[in-house]
Amino acid sequence: MVDTELADLSNNMLLGAVLLYVVAMLGYAADLAFSPRPAKARAKALVGAGAPVEASAEDAGGNGEEKAPRRDWGKFAVLLTLFGWLLHAGGVATRGMSVSRWPWGNMYEFVVAICLAAVTAYLVVLVRDKARYLGAFVMLAVVLGLGAATIWLYQAPGELVPALKSYWIAIHVSAAIVASGGFTVGFVTALLYLAAARHEEKGGTGFLDRLPKAEVLDGVSHKSIMFVFPVWTFAIISGAIWADEAWGRYWGWDPKETWSFIVFAIYAGYLHARATAGWKGRKAAVVSIVGYAALLFNLVGVNIFIQGLHSYAGV
Amino acid sequence: MGLTGWLRWGWRQLTSMRTALILLFLVALASVPGSIFPQRGQAPEKVDQYFEEHEKLAPWLDKLSLFDVFAAPWFAAIYLLLFTSLAGCVLPRSWQLLQNLRSRPPVAPKRFTRLPQHAEFGSDRTPEQALEQAREALRKRRFRTVAADGSVAAEKGYLHEAGNLVFHVALLALLFSVGLGAMFGYRGNLLLTEGTGFSNSVAYYSEYKPGHMVDPEDLAPFQVTLEDFEADFVSSGSQTGQAREFRAKMAYREGPGSAERSELVKVNHPLEVSGAKVYLLGHGYAPTFKVTDSKGDVAFDGAVQFLPMDSATLASQGVLKAPDAEPQLGFQMMFWPTAAPSPDGSSVVSSFPGPLNPMVGVLGAFKGDLNMDSGAPQSVYELDAEKLQMVKIERKAMGIGETLKLPDGSGEITFTGYKQYVSLTATYDPGRVPALISATLAVAGLVVSLMTRRRRVWVRASAGEDGRTVVEVGGLTLGTPTGEFDDLLRELRPEEPEPVPAGTIKE
Repeated sequence: MVDTELADLSNNMLLGAVLLYVVAMLGYAADLAFSPRPAKARAKALVGAGAPVEASAEDAGGNGEEKAPRRDWGKFAVLLTLFGWLLHAGGVATRGMSVSRWPWGNMYEFVVAICLAAVTAYLVVLVRDKARYLGAFVMLAVVLGLGAATIWLYQAPGELVPALKSYWIAIHVSAAIVASGGFTVGFVTALLYLAAARHEEKGGTGFLDRLPKAEVLDGVSHKSIMFVFPVWTFAIISGAIWADEAWGRYWGWDPKETWSFIVFAIYAGYLHARATAGWKGRKAAVVSIVGYAALLFNLVGVNIFIQGLHSYAGV
Repeated sequence: MGLTGWLRWGWRQLTSMRTALILLFLVALASVPGSIFPQRGQAPEKVDQYFEEHEKLAPWLDKLSLFDVFAAPWFAAIYLLLFTSLAGCVLPRSWQLLQNLRSRPPVAPKRFTRLPQHAEFGSDRTPEQALEQAREALRKRRFRTVAADGSVAAEKGYLHEAGNLVFHVALLALLFSVGLGAMFGYRGNLLLTEGTGFSNSVAYYSEYKPGHMVDPEDLAPFQVTLEDFEADFVSSGSQTGQAREFRAKMAYREGPGSAERSELVKVNHPLEVSGAKVYLLGHGYAPTFKVTDSKGDVAFDGAVQFLPMDSATLASQGVLKAPDAEPQLGFQMMFWPTAAPSPDGSSVVSSFPGPLNPMVGVLGAFKGDLNMDSGAPQSVYELDAEKLQMVKIERKAMGIGETLKLPDGSGEITFTGYKQYVSLTATYDPGRVPALISATLAVAGLVVSLMTRRRRVWVRASAGEDGRTVVEVGGLTLGTPTGEFDDLLRELRPEEPEPVPAGTIKE
C-alpha cells in the first residue's frame, strides 16, 4: 500500500532540499570568490591579511560595497547545507515510510540516497578537516545528481519486485550508498588536488589561492577513500551473500558484479599507488578519478546500457 | 647474467609493487569486455543471438574468448600472475613481520632533525626522570618501549602489517575457495510443473554443469516435488501486473527411504537439502490439453510448459507434439492468462499476468511426421516442419473446456485447464563457506590495516649547557602521520605553548 500523502511530502521535501543546495552552492562560491585570501596571497592587502576566515563573521550584516567582501558567505552556506541535508534526509525517510520499506528499491531512490550520503560525507569532512572549500563542488555534484534522478529516473513510489524483498537490501544497498557518498567526496577533492597542484607549480593567482595546499587536499581525498574502501568491499561481499540466497551463486560475473569488482580493483590500486614511489600525487589522483568514473558507470550506466540481473523495473 | 640471474631478476620484477599494480589494473581492464559482450556462462542464448546478428565479427570475437572472458586463458594468465606476484610479496613480508615482532624497536638515530616529526625542549627534570616520564607516556599509548643509555625507543602498530597480510592471504584463500567450488560443485537447471517431481540426478536436468571432479554417481539422492505454486501480482494502480510474491510449496526427502518434509520456497529463500540448495528462479504457465486423433484415440492428455513472451503479461507461447497420434499431430499455440482484445480489436492479448481469464489460441496445426525418430535433438518449443503438413484452421481463442476440431478430420484438441511450472536451479558448492570466511577475513584485515599505522618514537634526554635537561623527541610514521605525536609532546611538556612540529600536516 502506498501512502500518497507521505509520498508527496517526500517529493516536496526533496525539492526543498535541492533549492537550498543550489543557494548553498552560490554561497560557497561567493565564499571562495570574496572571502579574504590566505596570507600567502594577501601579503599586499591592507585589511585582514592572514585573518582566519571565521574572524570576519562579526562583520556580517554590515552594508556598503567595501564591507561586502567580508560578509561570511561560507557560514551562511553551511547553515543552508545543514537545513538542506535535514530536508533531504526527511525526504528519504518519508519516501520509505510511504511504501513501508527501505527507501532504496529503484534507481531514483538509490541515486537520491547516494546524494544524501555524499552530503553527509561532506559534513563529516567539514567538521573533521574544516573542508568548507569543498562545499561548492559537492553541492554542484549533488544538485546534478538529484536533478538527474528527478528528471530521468523518477518512479512513483511503489512495491518492490519479489527479488528485492529481502533484509539484505538494508545491508547490501546501504553499504553501497555509504561507500558511493564517500567516494564522491574523495573524487571532488582529487579533482581539486589536481587543480591546486598545477596552480602551485605555476605559481599563478586566482580563486585557487583560496583552496588549501595541494597536500591537504590529497590527504582529505585519501582519507575519504581509505574510509569507504572497506565499506565498498563489504557491499560487494554482502551482495555476494544475497546473490547466493537469491540466484544460487555468490559470484557470477553479472555486469553489476563485474563493474563493482572493477571499481574495487581500481581503488585498491589507488591505495597501493600512494605507497609506491613514482605513483604518488598526480598519478594516484588520476587513478582515483578513473575509479570514480567506473563507480558512476556501475551505479547508473550498467543499469541503462547493459541488461543484467540488477535490472529492475525498467532500469 | 646466467639463467639463475635472469630468473631472480624476473621474480624480483614480478613481485614488485609496480608490477602488481599494473596487473591489478589489467584485471580490471580485462573484465570490461565481460560486461559488454554476452557471456556463455551467464546467457548462452544471447551469445547465439549475437552470432546471428554479427555473422562476420562473432567468430573472431569467439577466437579471442570474448564470449567466455572469465574462463579465457588470457584472463586466467593475468590473475594467476597477479596472485603469484601477491604471494611473492606477502610471504617474505610475513616472515619479516615475525622477525620484527621478535626483535626490539630499533635504537634512536643520531640526529632527530632528519625525522619527519621532531621537537626539542628544555625541562627541569633530570634526564633520567624525563626519560622515565616519556616511557610511561609511551607505554600508556601501548607502545613497545626499550630504554638504552640516554634514550628510549618505542614502536607500535604491528597490527597494520598483520592486517595487511591477513587481507592479502585471505584474497589468496578466496581464490582457492572459488576454485574448490568449481572443481567439486555442480549446478543443474530444470522446469518443474505442479504435481511433478525430480530426483537429483543428471537425467532430470535440462542443463547440468558439473565441476571437473564431480562423479555423477555421487550426487546426493534427494527428491523434490512441486506441490503447488502461487504468484501474487499487484492488481491495481500504476504498478498493475508487477509481481508481489512467488510461493512454491515443495515436498522433499533426502533419499528414497527418508521421511518427507515440506518447505515453502520463495525467491530469496531457497530449499536446503543434503548440503545442496534448490532455488526458485522463474515461473510460467503449463496449459493442459487433451488431443484425440483421427481414430478417436486419446493421443495426449497432460500439461505443456509454455515460454513466457512478455514478463509483464505472461502471454506465453508453446508447442504441443502428439507423436502417438495417427497421423502425428503438432500444434503451435499461445496462452493468455488474462485474455483481452487488443486495443484495435483485431487480435487477443494478455492484459494481466495472473490467470483471470485463461485462454488458448492455436496459431498453427500440423499433421504428418514430427521427425522425432531421426535421433537429432529437438527443442520442445519448436516443431520440425520438414515432414509436416499444415492444416487450415479457423483461428480463435479457446476458453477452458473448448475444443478445436481439425476440419480435415485428422483429430481434435481440447483446452482442459492450466497448471503452473517453476524454473529451478539446484546447486552444490563446497567452496561457498570457505569463500565467505576468506572474504570476511579480508575485510577484517583490511579495516585493521587501514585503521592502524606503524609508528616509532624516540626520546633522548641529556644535560644541557644551561643546566636544564634537553629533551629531544623524534617520530616516524608509515603513512599519514596522526595527531598522536603532538599529544605526546603536549603531555611531556605541559607548560609550553602548543608545539607545531615540522612535517605534521596541519591546515
